[in-house]
Order: sequence, then C-alpha cells, then structure tokens
Amino acid sequence: MSEAAVEKALDQKMNTVPLKMIGKDVSVYYGEKRALFDVNLDIRENTVTALIGPSGCGKSTFLRTLNRMNDTIENCRVTGRITLDEDDIYDSSIDVVELRARVGMVFQKPNPFPKSIYENVSYGPRIHGLARTKADFDEIVETSLQKAGLWNEVKDRLQEPGTGLSGGQQQRLCIARAVAVSPEVILMDEPCSALDPIATAKVEELIHELRANFTIVIVTHSMQQAARVSQRTAMFHLGNLVEENDTDKMFTNPDDQRTQDYIMGRFG
Amino acid sequence: MSTSLLLLIIALIGIGAYFAGRARSLTRSGNKLATLHSLPGYHGSYVAIWAVLPALLVLAGWLIASPIYIDSAVRSTLPDAVQSQGDATVQLALGQVKAVATGLNRLDATEIETIKDGSANLRETLAARGVALAGEGQPFMVEAAERFNAMRLYSRWLMSAVVLLVAIAGGLYAIRNVTARFRARNQVERVMLGSLVVASSIAILTTIGIIGSMLSEAGRFFSMVSPAEFFFGTVWDPRFAAAGSEGASGQFGLLPLLGGTLYIAFVAMAFAVPIGLFAAIYMAEYASPRLRSIAKPLLEVLAGIPTIVYGFFALVTVGPFLRDISAQLNGLITGNYQNFIQAQSVLTAGIVMGIMLIPFVSSLSDDIITQVPRALRDGSLGLGATRSETVKKVILPAALPGIVGALLLTASRAVGETMIVVLAAGVAARMQINPFEPMTTVTVKIVHQLTGDLEFTSPQTLVAFALGITLFVITLALNIYALYIVRKYREQYE
Repeated sequence: MSEAAVEKALDQKMNTVPLKMIGKDVSVYYGEKRALFDVNLDIRENTVTALIGPSGCGKSTFLRTLNRMNDTIENCRVTGRITLDEDDIYDSSIDVVELRARVGMVFQKPNPFPKSIYENVSYGPRIHGLARTKADFDEIVETSLQKAGLWNEVKDRLQEPGTGLSGGQQQRLCIARAVAVSPEVILMDEPCSALDPIATAKVEELIHELRANFTIVIVTHSMQQAARVSQRTAMFHLGNLVEENDTDKMFTNPDDQRTQDYIMGRFG
Repeated sequence: MSTSLLLLIIALIGIGAYFAGRARSLTRSGNKLATLHSLPGYHGSYVAIWAVLPALLVLAGWLIASPIYIDSAVRSTLPDAVQSQGDATVQLALGQVKAVATGLNRLDATEIETIKDGSANLRETLAARGVALAGEGQPFMVEAAERFNAMRLYSRWLMSAVVLLVAIAGGLYAIRNVTARFRARNQVERVMLGSLVVASSIAILTTIGIIGSMLSEAGRFFSMVSPAEFFFGTVWDPRFAAAGSEGASGQFGLLPLLGGTLYIAFVAMAFAVPIGLFAAIYMAEYASPRLRSIAKPLLEVLAGIPTIVYGFFALVTVGPFLRDISAQLNGLITGNYQNFIQAQSVLTAGIVMGIMLIPFVSSLSDDIITQVPRALRDGSLGLGATRSETVKKVILPAALPGIVGALLLTASRAVGETMIVVLAAGVAARMQINPFEPMTTVTVKIVHQLTGDLEFTSPQTLVAFALGITLFVITLALNIYALYIVRKYREQYE
C-alpha cells in the first residue's frame, strides 16, 4: 500500500476508533488563578490530536494534566476526571510513576540527559526494569532509535554524549527515549519550536510514522504543522475548549467564529 | 593647622566648587538645559573633583614624605659619637628625641630653660607631664628635639598653604573649562573608572604584599633550617625561643602537623559531606518553597556562628560527652571504666568542624543542584522516574563537577580552620592513626609559635611563616582547582 492509501484507510477508520483517553470537566487552578475551565476532550487511539490556540490559552496545561506532570508544579490543582483506558488517572490508587511510563512526554526544548546516547535511550527501560541482559538493552536501544529515525545517524557513536547532537537530532533522541519505555500515549509539547525547518520536517515525518503504534497528542503554535500532522484538532482559548473536530474540517470550515479568526491570523 | 582641619577646609572648597561649577554651566548655557552636553550636576562634580582630588594627593604625598625627610635631617645632626655606634643606637636615640619633642610641647618656657641649664632633670620633668623616656636624656637630645619641633611646625604650615593653593588652583582651572558643550559627564566617568581601578588594585596589592612578607620571613627561616628537614621531618620539637639561646636548635618537622591537619579535615569532611549534601538535595528537590524559605536561612545561621563558639562547644560539650560515653561503653564491655576517647581528640575536632562545615556544603551544593535545568528533571519525571531516581541518575551526575568544586572549597576551609582545632584537637604533635587521641594541626602550631614574647630572629618564631606559607599554598591550590571546576561546570549550561 502506498503511503497515501494508508493515510486514507486510517482516516476512514477514524470515526470508529476507540477512545484512548477521556477528559471530563477538567479544570486546573494555579493557586487562586484558574487556568482551565471544564474542558471535555477525548483522545482517540492511534490518532494524532493537535492542540492549538494562542499563548496562555491552556493547551500546554491540558497536555500536562494527561500524565500528571502538573503534579511537579507547586500550588497546582486539577479537578474533573481524566481516564486512560477507563482508569481514572487522578484516582489515589494510581501510581503516578507507572502512569508516566504509559503516557510519555516530549518537551518543547530538546532535553537529553548529559549522558551517552545509549544511556539516554536505555534510561527509561532501566528504571522500569524492561530489560535484563545487555542484549535486551541493545535491542531496545536499536529499535527505539530506529522508530525515531535516528539509528542510521548515530549507530556508530552510541557512546558519545547525547548533548553533542544537533538540535533536531537531540529532539529525535528525546522521542526515542520516550518510545523506549513503550508508552501507549506520547505527549508532545511544541516539539519543533526550537528546531529549524529541516529538522522540523523530519520530526513531523516521524510523528506520522509513530501514529501506527502510539496515540499522540501534540501542542503546536504552527497552524501548518497542525494541518500536516494531525487528524483531530482541538482549539483552546482563554482556558476554554472552543472547538474540537477533524483537522480537515477545522481548517476549511470551522464551526466556531473564534477558530476561524485564529486560523485566519486575526488574533493570537 | 591640623590635618583634620585641613581636610575639612578642602571638603568645604569641594562643596563650594560643586555649586560654582553647577551655576557656571547654567549661566554658560543661558539657562537652557537642552544645550548642555552634560547635566549641571556633572559640571559641578567635575569642578569639585579638580578642587579636591589633586589637593588630597598632594596632602597624602606630603604626609608620607615629610616625616621621612625630617627624620633623616634630624638624624644627620646627631653627634658623631651616637652615629658611629651603628643603626640600632641611632634608631634608639631618634626615638628618644621624638619623645622629648612631644614632651617639650607640653612644657612652658621657664621649664624648658631649667632643663637647658641643667637645673632640672629631663626625664623626671617629662615624666611629670606623662611622657615616658626610655633612658636618661642627654643634652644633645633637647637641641635635636627643638630642631625637630621647629621643622615639623614649618612643614605643617607649608603643607597647609600648598594644599589649599592646589585646591583653589584646581577648582579655578576646572571652572574655566566649563562651557555648554564641555563633556563633563565623560570626565566624571573617567574619574569613576580610575577610583574603581584603584580600589581593586589595593586588594590585589595587599595580597601580593602579604605573600611577599610571608615569603621573605619564610626565607629567613629556611636559611636557618634546611627545607628538607622542614618538609620531610617527622619530629616536631621546636624547643623554646629564649633570648640568647640562639645556638639551641629544635626539630621542625612539618609532617606530624600536616598529617594532623589533613586527618582532622578528613574526619570533618566525612561528617559534613553526607549530611550537607542530603540537606541540599532535600532543600533543592523536595522541600516546598515555604519550608525552604524558612529552613534554608536557619541552616545558614550555622555558618554565621563564630568558630571560637564552635570551639567552646567542642571543649565543654562534645569532648567531655565523647570521653564519658566511651568510658561507659568500655565499662559495659570490659568492666573497666576507662575512657578510650580523649576529651581533646581528632574525633572531637573533626565532628565539631564537620558541624561548622555543613552549611557550606549544603548551601554551595544547593546552588549547584538548583542550577541543573528544570528540563532535565521534567525529562526524567516524564519518563516515569521517581524523584529519587531522578536525583540519583540525572541531577547528581549533571551537578557532580560543581559539587566536587564545592567540596574542594569546603575542604580548603577545613584545612585552614584554626579556633576549633586550637580548643578541641590538642597540642601534641605526633603521627598516629587513632582518631580517639589528640593530634595537632598546622594552624594550632602557628598560634603557639606566635603567642607570648616574640623574638623575630629565632627559627622558633620564624617557623610560623614557613607553616603559614605551606598552608597558604595548599588552600590556594584547592581554591584555584575548585574555581576552575565550578567555572567549567557553569559554562555547560549557559
């Protein structure tokens, strides 16, 4: 099957795909300040969902509620209900460490650890005990780097520090690092904002390929990027979810005037 | 005119010059501020600087040069009988002349007459006025003292006149320069730059001076005791430096002192590093901002306690406590209630010094740990690592060079610490490895060699400088290496 055909088949299936994560009445407070207002947003399995909206609209905040990275922020409180495969991730019985292994995250700025490329990728499997022998680790590192499209570039220098790579390579290394834990969902917070156009193109291509195995949620400032990589798009404004729709429809015929204005560049 | 009065007058001239310069700039610009290159205040400052600075320089130069000149002038008039007896006698005579000169100023004319014609005793008369003479005065001294007083008086008047003249001339010169387009601002800036440069060179020159004096004294020591004996000697037994006992030589082995210094520093670090580092990790990674804002200053209060207080603490609390508990332990095990830890011991000094070092370790490490970018923490947490896994595997490795640097800085403090070891470590200079016995350190011995009546010609005293320079080299090397590491680490994240 050609790539376009795969794409089409996936798109057709889209309305029938099961929901991976369900957010119901999600509100977030930073101290007294309310950053999100009763957001209801579902994340479909094996789909790329793009979160767009002007700066400060709450899209990154929402993204971080999905693997409870907000827990690390002082004074941050989340209400409402978010489920991952029917488990409430804010339930007290949920182990947040295990949750983050299932819902991985790639950050805005590439943040490889100051260790070798090999150790960067094997870090997650090591702490979660996903492998025992050296051979197992080697295999995980290789497949993860291959999935991140970085293997051919770094296979001869796995012991060199990850910080020595170029910005785009570093970001793909961070994606490989996230992939190595075999998460079910990968959250990406403006993964290309620190990259040049060529590196951006590579990461976008990679997101396309990752979709086959992972559910992806991506926050982006670039309309074009949202249109290129995602199948579903959610528009946030002032802490509210304005509209959520198929990406095609969103960029051609949005339901909400604010979405229209934002996409046309009238504000934001 | 006294120097302080002169300074006051110069200050007044300066203030006057400031307002004159200000006013002149305003009139020269026709009261249009916009046409002035610099604000009126800068013109005022410029004129004031010209009025004050050269005058102060002349004053300082005069105050330094005139006593030297007067001394040598008076010295050359001393009788040949004195001059022929060598430098020490001349110095002594000159000192007496100066004392007499001070005394003469307190006597009235008739009393001076009685002294001159020999009907009154010089020493007793002066003593009655509160001036003590070292020896019986001699007639030539009164003459020399009068000459001395006269020259001083003349010098003083001349100085006042010259300084005031310079101040006024400087002010007038500067005020002539003031025009609307005159760049007073840039001139003031240059003076600012100059004063900053002078301030920093004073700090640097002082350091060089201290090193120079230590080196020259240490050099004198090494001319009496061979460096090999000092650096490799294993016995420290300097004997006493009694006057006239120049032939008696002691043994100046550095090794027992250095061994004690490093041993106690090691015990202190072994105590301070784990506690300090764990405290730093807690403060940086776990504590809530509220707790941190309270606990961190509290921890740093420890750093503000004078080390002599830690010394008491060691002497009256920790030492006796260790001694008693060791006696109890010994009694429980062997039935013999004999303490095996001495009150003054390596352990006592090490523990108390360790307590002193905890805030240094924790504060420096805390700064370094918080410098590790948040992105690395998030990256690790985002992969599902726990906080302690993140600390252990990501943050500490990333911060390690900086922490090592911090520890080296702390170690150099431990090596140079004096008051705690003086009180807690004991004075026995010996080489041994039992931490329950007293040992002594380089700093303790410096204190010992330099207290009491000193004779700066004997090796017993001069050895302090050799010890000092050794200690200085050790701590300097530690500090430089630590700063090098810390700087290298900083560059990594900037």
